[in-house]
Amino acid sequence: MTSATLTSGATLGSQRVSEDVRYHEDAIRLFVIAAVFWGVVGFLAGTFIALQLAFPALNLGLEWTSFGRLRPVHTSAVIFAFGGNVLFATSLYSVQRTCRQHLFGGEGLAKFVFWNYNVFIVLAALSYVLGYTQGKEYAEPEWILDLYLTVVWVLYAVQFIGTVMTRRESHIYVANWFFMAFILTVAILHIGNNVNIPVSLFGMKSYSFVSGVQSAMVQWWYGHNAVGFFLTAGFLGIMYYFVPKRAERPVYSYRLSIVHFWTLIFLYIWAGPHHLHYTSLPDWAQTLGMTFSVMLWMPSWGGMINGIMTLSGAWDKLRTDPVLRFLVTSVAFYGMSTFEGPLMSVKPVNALSHYTDWTVGHVHSGALGWVAFVSFGAIYYLVPVLWKRSQLYSMRLVSYHFWTATIGIVLYITAMWVSGIMQGLMWRAYDNLGFLQYSFVETVAAMHPFYVIRAMGGVLFVIGALIMVYNLWRTAKGDVRIEKPYVTTPHKAAVGAA
Amino acid sequence: MAQEKKGFSHDLIERNTLLLIVLVLITVSIGGLVQIVPLFTIESTIEKVEGVRPYSPLELAGQNIYYREGCYNCHSQQIRPFRDEVERYGHYSLAAESMYDHPFQWGSKRTGPDLARVGGKYSNDWQVAHLVNPRAVVPESIMPGYAWMKDRPLSYGDIADHLKALKIVGVPYSDEQIANAKADLEAQKNPDGDTAGLAKRYPKAVVANFTGNKTVTEMDALVAYLQVLGTMVDFTKYQSPKQLQQ
Repeated sequence: MTSATLTSGATLGSQRVSEDVRYHEDAIRLFVIAAVFWGVVGFLAGTFIALQLAFPALNLGLEWTSFGRLRPVHTSAVIFAFGGNVLFATSLYSVQRTCRQHLFGGEGLAKFVFWNYNVFIVLAALSYVLGYTQGKEYAEPEWILDLYLTVVWVLYAVQFIGTVMTRRESHIYVANWFFMAFILTVAILHIGNNVNIPVSLFGMKSYSFVSGVQSAMVQWWYGHNAVGFFLTAGFLGIMYYFVPKRAERPVYSYRLSIVHFWTLIFLYIWAGPHHLHYTSLPDWAQTLGMTFSVMLWMPSWGGMINGIMTLSGAWDKLRTDPVLRFLVTSVAFYGMSTFEGPLMSVKPVNALSHYTDWTVGHVHSGALGWVAFVSFGAIYYLVPVLWKRSQLYSMRLVSYHFWTATIGIVLYITAMWVSGIMQGLMWRAYDNLGFLQYSFVETVAAMHPFYVIRAMGGVLFVIGALIMVYNLWRTAKGDVRIEKPYVTTPHKAAVGAA
Repeated sequence: MAQEKKGFSHDLIERNTLLLIVLVLITVSIGGLVQIVPLFTIESTIEKVEGVRPYSPLELAGQNIYYREGCYNCHSQQIRPFRDEVERYGHYSLAAESMYDHPFQWGSKRTGPDLARVGGKYSNDWQVAHLVNPRAVVPESIMPGYAWMKDRPLSYGDIADHLKALKIVGVPYSDEQIANAKADLEAQKNPDGDTAGLAKRYPKAVVANFTGNKTVTEMDALVAYLQVLGTMVDFTKYQSPKQLQQ
């Protein structure tokens, strides 16, 4: 089998042979609805806590609304609620088509996973607001919720892997390699980072098994690979299915996808210690973390090239298809953040960037530009298909969403670059008498304008998402907006007119 | 490519789900094992220093409030070995200083300043006033106020269970410390009482009625914790293996 037939054969498989398989789509519609809902909630929560940093009165003096309790609500809502539901929807949708098989375990198992995962999300968010937390970033849920999530995750793994194992295609399509690496590794990370001793069986409070330097290493092994596998490998699975489908082109390079898959999953796991540069973590571990983070640049760009070059021969569609524009721009943002990340993992750069807003900006160029944009592209693709509509309500609105969100991201990351680098430089500035030039709080005051700009970026991102909600709602209803269509080519337009 | 017949072909993995799973599991395990396992086996990972002790019951309750409120979202507890950080915050952090933190609270962001050595830097009264309304003492501060915490009674009926749980995961609480957990917690809040046992069991614990309340409140515990941060190690007896970097 040649590379061309493998990739195009698998991506186009659903069209070729879909008559004999009834795909399960009820649960996937639920996942899409939940993804959109949690996206808006998560973006709103992020914008609100961004405003808290600019205007601290917004903490309201209440224990439930302080930044320290709401920030995990934001991070969990966007990563695990929005991102998670997007991953469930896209993986369970595409695995059926690439395997030419309906879901293993059927609608029942998929709906069970849906309800229990989303109940977990609600319970986790409530628990943060009420003050229950393990005190670890991105791993805040207490032990009992961790156990609950483990059960749900195992069932999801059974459904996905079961579908792959019962496939009717001879080969496992590349998107499914990424989804499987994501599912398996997230399971390992979740269990490895949550080994805790509860104080009592009837209370929420627990203490982690490891402490101090070991707990720091385990936490960032988990934390960085939550990025690497949840927010990267999983979403690369989305890229490998939806970009070729939307562009109607085969994946650019089969070989590149093999090389970049194995190197990506091998190298990512090593990168955690770059969160711990110059700390009490032993130097050998820091050096390993930096070295592998720099190497990680290569497979990351391998993936980016494979995604973007899939448009070879179809570049004109960027002009006429705003959904494809979301997908391709996301891959471009992925390329940018995966260059910035290795740069920031170099120790002397990290000495400046660490503990500052530069890190926050970096995370958001990946989270908003890559994860959210590829999700929007996939959702715009899925909704007309899942609700059996011939087209979206409005392509113009997709384009408005695209530009509103893009301007929001640009405001966000530029504000964070400036405030982060400025604060890092102010911390280390000395006056000509040899004293530290700035007190800490002077650096806080200097960041105020950038916190306002960042929050405005967040507001724009929320507005874009609300445009999407309206567009999807009208699409599901079956409406079509009367608007000027995007012309495919001037030539074809002329033919159409004639 | 199809014409290649000799040797290994990725085709094999793409046809065999179990093989793919096994290879993925091996590939993603190597890095974590190499980086994590030696931290438990190499003895020099945690320096041998004098003075680091388990938290007193009141400090431990305070640390749990520190976790609960998500202070780690904005405050680090990890001073890096740079000239400016050492001048601003004090001696760079040692691994030994967080060896009883389950989990660590090194943090990742300094929206507020580092707290690794905040203990003793400000008076108890300042800490209480600052927690109640940060802008009353630092006008430019953007920290949330915690006025509601000042008079709320601390729930500590099960404090001995906390010490027991920590003992299971390796914190060397003695039977005597566990047996006296509740009494020690109350003693640390009462400077007029008998604190000899507390001082013996937890050297350098700051004894004070932090908030002025009759009952032990959550803010009493939090301030007791803040006041011990970074004060345990006796640096007159510590030889630094590192030169200051940068």
